[in-house]
Parts: sequence; structure tokens; C-alpha cells
Amino acid sequence: MNCADAEIMLHALIDGELDAGHARDVEAHVATCATCAEELKAVRAMRAAIAQANLKESAPAQLRSRIEAALAVPAARIAAPRQSWLAPLRSSWKTFFGGFTVGTALSAAVAASLVIAVVRNDQNQQIASDVVSAHLRSLQAGHLTDVETSDQHTVKPWFNGKLDVAPPVIDLTAQGFTLIGGRLDYINGQPVASIVYRRRKHVINLFVGEPLGAAVRGVKDESVQGFNIRHWRESGLDLWAVSDIDAGELDEFGEKFTAALHAPGPS
Amino acid sequence: MLARMQQQTSAASWVAGHSTMAGDANDEHDRARRFRDAALPHLDDVYTLARYLMRNAADAEDAVQECYLRALRHFDSYRGPAMKPWLLAILRNVCNAEFARRGKQETEPADDERAEATPPIWQEPQASPETALLRQHDGDTIRRLVAALPQPFREAIVMREINDLSYNEIAEVAGVPVGTVMSRLARARSMLRSAWTVAEGAAP
Repeated sequence: MNCADAEIMLHALIDGELDAGHARDVEAHVATCATCAEELKAVRAMRAAIAQANLKESAPAQLRSRIEAALAVPAARIAAPRQSWLAPLRSSWKTFFGGFTVGTALSAAVAASLVIAVVRNDQNQQIASDVVSAHLRSLQAGHLTDVETSDQHTVKPWFNGKLDVAPPVIDLTAQGFTLIGGRLDYINGQPVASIVYRRRKHVINLFVGEPLGAAVRGVKDESVQGFNIRHWRESGLDLWAVSDIDAGELDEFGEKFTAALHAPGPS
Repeated sequence: MLARMQQQTSAASWVAGHSTMAGDANDEHDRARRFRDAALPHLDDVYTLARYLMRNAADAEDAVQECYLRALRHFDSYRGPAMKPWLLAILRNVCNAEFARRGKQETEPADDERAEATPPIWQEPQASPETALLRQHDGDTIRRLVAALPQPFREAIVMREINDLSYNEIAEVAGVPVGTVMSRLARARSMLRSAWTVAEGAAP
């Protein structure tokens, strides 16, 4: 073994990474080479100094609690769906994570949102897929409405205490869209109101929640798995209408909803 | 998504924790718990490497949090045996992605910057043989010297000396052959030694 090889391999020797045969070779070389013996000694001393310096950092307590909260997503989602409305969403996870203070209750509550925040790149796609999944699920027997009534004055108060926002509940029967009830649902881990309408034999789920995901300008129409989604933002709320009716009719629904929302008189 | 929905509908039985109807929810809960038990003990290790890769505390914390969330999402694909290198590999990807997002690869500190980063040791009175000299370097100084190493050497030395990874594990995390790990460590230590030698030479 020459010095060039030994200079490298003595590190592996010190690190306990050499098999017995190579370890013997290196040791044999070091025994006969003053330069390499000196090198070995120096490296050992340096390792000792590093070990003594105890360079391992301790994760800050607030980081630990943030992560623990984030990992408790399923529990948090069930235990505290209402508080999770508190979580602001930012386009950048950096400003988001830097932007809130963590209390025990809050950190558990924002857990669901943390997951949302870090997948921002495909977030809107995820939301659209969530919207369709929630719509599909609502169509299964017994899932469509939690409160079944065509009376908007029954549906609206039903959401009280279930959400931190008061979703607008508007009867559009006269415009061809019959209000049939309401339901609490989840989009991307956040609780949202679902206001359910019927158009002929087709169900329209109108999901209403606090702004979720990237800002939408005007109206965004898209189609996922054959369902049409109309997404817009209004009065500080995000709205998604989803149905298997065609996009034109869904637009009509959205426009009539908006018109009725801004119409004078009690809603 | 559907599993998540089912989980919400079965919230009551999930809380009770022993209903067979809540199989999916229990699975997810169990999975999250298993992940926490396996991954959280390595938090200090992950954070330490993050500090040396990101070079500041705020960025490191963001990276660590992202790492854990990402790891939870991919926990199903985790095949062991060692959790720590798996987490560190994810962290390294997170950090690289963050640098890429910023539109630049991490810039190496220029030599003069590196020199600036280490002035205190040159001002300390040095009297003695090397071992005594080394003992006088406090943790902060050594930390600065390690932090001043170029990235591949810095991560190799941190994973070896602080995270206590084997050469094989470092090779997997860094995505390089074991031989490269060995030569990087040799080079890293040689650079650290040079810094110390400079310190010694500068002593009065």
C-alpha cells in the first residue's frame, strides 16, 4: 500500500468502515510510514475535537410541536374542524410557516392546512379532484344532505356552529334550480358547506368555504372525470359548483346565484 | 380522498378505536402513529443536517417540516431498514428543491468569505501542541469551520460525524458511490485540518 491510498483509507479505518484485511493493510503501512502515522494521529485528534464540540443541534421546541401537530392530521381534522378555518393560506409555504404563531390548540387546528400548504404546486388540481370526489360521494345513498329541506331559512342556520363562515344559502327554485338541502363536507381537509340543488334529475353541489388555494380571478371552469366545475370567489368566499349538467347550465346556475346574492331584500 | 371521507363519517367509531367498521380510519391513524414513533426520534438529526444545508435557522425549520410531511405521505413506500438515512435523503431533496426554486444552485462561499467566517480562532492565544489547540476550539468555531466547507464535503462530514451514518448510508443519501463518500470525507477532513493549521500559524 502506498501513501496516496493510505491517506484516503485511513479515514475509513478510523470510521470503522474497513474490512479486517484492508484494516490490516492500512495499519501495516502506518506502522512503517511516519508521514501517514502523523496524518492518522491528526485525523483522530480532529475527530475527537468534533465529537467534543457536540455539534448536534436540538430542534427548537416550537418546530417540534409544529411537526407533531402536522402529523396529527387525522385526529385534528376530526377533533377540531371548526378551528381549522383559522388557518390562513399563503401562496408560499415559507411565508405561511413563518407567518403564524403556534399555540397548542391552534397548532393542532392548522394541521390539515399545513398539508395543503406544502403541496401548493398541484393544489388547485387537488382541490378540483377533491370537489369531484365529494360530489361523487354525495351521490351515494344517504349522503346527499345532512339537512334536507327546500327552505333556505332552515338550511342557513343549520350551518351555524359548524363553520366559521355563514355560507349564503339561496333558493333558486324560481330560476330553475331547486334547493334541496345542505351538508357539511371537506375539501382538501377543510370543512366547507355544501349547498345542494337539483336541476331536473341532476344534482348540483355548491361548495362554499373560506378561500382555499391560489387566488382565482373571475370564473374558472374546468372538467374533471366528466364533471363540470365552476369555481369563483365572491364576498370573501370560494365557491365551487360541480355537477354533471353541461357547462353552459352550470354557468347559468352560477350567474343566477350571484345575481340573487346581490339582489336587494332578505336572502 | 374517498378513504378520507369514510374516515370522517366514521369519526365516532374512530374515536372509540375498536370498531371494525372504521378499518380505513384506523389504518390511517395507525399509519400516522407508526410514522411518528419511527420518525420523530430523528428530529434533531434531521434538523442538524438542515441547518448545515440551508445555513440559517428559519429555512432549516421550513425544510424539516416539509421533510416530515413529505415523509409521511411516502411512508407507504418506506422499506427500511434504517429510518434516519431515509429521512435525511428526503430532507436533502427538499433542500435541493428549495434552492432550485430560488432559481440558483447553492453558491459556494468564496475563499475570502470562508476566511471571514473563521476569524475568532485566529485571535485566540495559542500556546501548545495540536491536541491542546484543538481543545480550545469551542463548538461555535468548529461549527463555523464545518459550515464553511463546500456543500458535498459539508454534507458528508455532517452525516458522518454528527448524524453518525455509515459510508453506505451516506452514499445512499447523497446518491454517490461509497468510494466517493470515502474520498469526500478524506478531503473534508483535510480542508478542516488546513483551517486549523492556518489558525495555528496565525497564532502569536
